[in-house]
Amino acid sequence: MSREWMIKIVLIVLLAAGTTLAGIQLFRQRHFDVPMVAGPGVTRTAKLSDYSPGLKGTMADTTVFFLEGNEEGGKALIMANTHSNEPASLLAALIFLENAVVEKGTLIIIPQFNNSGGRNTRPGDGYPLYFEIPTDWGSKKFRLGNRDASPLDQWPDPDVYIHYPDKQLLSFIDVRNTNRTWPGRADGPLMEQVTFGAMEIMRQENVDIAFDIHGAETMFPVTNCIVAPEKSARMATMASLTVKAREGFDNHVEPSPSGFRGLSHREIGDYSDTLPFLLEAPIPFLDQPTGPKTEKFLLDGKDPFLLKLAKAKMLFVPYDESGWPMDKRVGQHCSVVLEIMRQYSRKKPERAIEVSHVPRYAQVVQNGTGSYYHDPSKADPDKVFLN
Amino acid sequence: MPFIMILYYIICVYLISMVVWNFIREKKNPEYFFHYLLVLIPLILRVLRVK
Repeated sequence: MSREWMIKIVLIVLLAAGTTLAGIQLFRQRHFDVPMVAGPGVTRTAKLSDYSPGLKGTMADTTVFFLEGNEEGGKALIMANTHSNEPASLLAALIFLENAVVEKGTLIIIPQFNNSGGRNTRPGDGYPLYFEIPTDWGSKKFRLGNRDASPLDQWPDPDVYIHYPDKQLLSFIDVRNTNRTWPGRADGPLMEQVTFGAMEIMRQENVDIAFDIHGAETMFPVTNCIVAPEKSARMATMASLTVKAREGFDNHVEPSPSGFRGLSHREIGDYSDTLPFLLEAPIPFLDQPTGPKTEKFLLDGKDPFLLKLAKAKMLFVPYDESGWPMDKRVGQHCSVVLEIMRQYSRKKPERAIEVSHVPRYAQVVQNGTGSYYHDPSKADPDKVFLN
Repeated sequence: MPFIMILYYIICVYLISMVVWNFIREKKNPEYFFHYLLVLIPLILRVLRVK
């Protein structure tokens, strides 16, 4: 055999081995299920495909939890992991799912809204595939997903994504972004079917208020805020002022732009009677000029490069050596959701949504996010849901 | 399968054949051997539909 072919064969073997090893890791991450313990408030579950039948049997289908109070009232919907690389949303939604008791009205929770995105990763950015949250009984392991649905589930991407129904031209990648495919349609691309399912929940269940929970870069102006369209703006402002005065953290209000289509805070309000709120907490991990994207950085939000930028006043949030720990972000989400529900209940007492046993900002920061999760190995198996 | 997907697979197979042909023809530069193989990976995974 010639030297040339010996080199070629060695390279083929090395690349095949590398591809196989990497493929196994990615396969395991895609099929790793996170156990969620349904708390005392959960009365029934459904699948998103019950509202958008095209999702049945796909990786985009996901579990919907209903927490119904004894007393009639309003309804609130919480959607988390719309972008699965913004995990404070999922962690906050799980605190509600595992602890909330609903006295009046109904709380609907979709913890892993873009389930396909949660089984994806961003190898070009060197994301860790998992992260772990310390709890009283060990640690709880989560997949770290990506902003967009996996191309394994929705392919091919178009050259330009033509938004439905407004026909606005969006970036090709946004066809897999469940915060660009609202309000969706039953027979559209898979991610439009996901958002269509949520719209159907809101329309069929007469949902009063909807929360789409996110995280945003510290260098991006729309961060640490509540994004609200005109009809939700007053309530968002009241909530923002209240959490600032009572709990001491900033969460300003950003208006939802009417000319930028496909976003939940715009389309939910335009295509249903539901009042939408999109919550953003800072997530330094998503900023670009940072050090390595490690699990530690994801959780503590500490980065020397961002610190330098903060000193040069180039960030849109306060930033110091303490970073932006996950507990702070999760706590903010819990408090803002509770506060908006309280504001809505005050304004419409006949459609009130009263929820208890959910910690607020100070408690989450003091006790840690993980202290609110239950051990799935000790829970009633009927209450444990894998997703 | 939609028509566009059939086209994608045909394009993939065509590209694979071109890259393999160039890989075989390349005689000297080991860096090129490596680059051809690297380019082949996503194309082969797509055609074999490996998820």
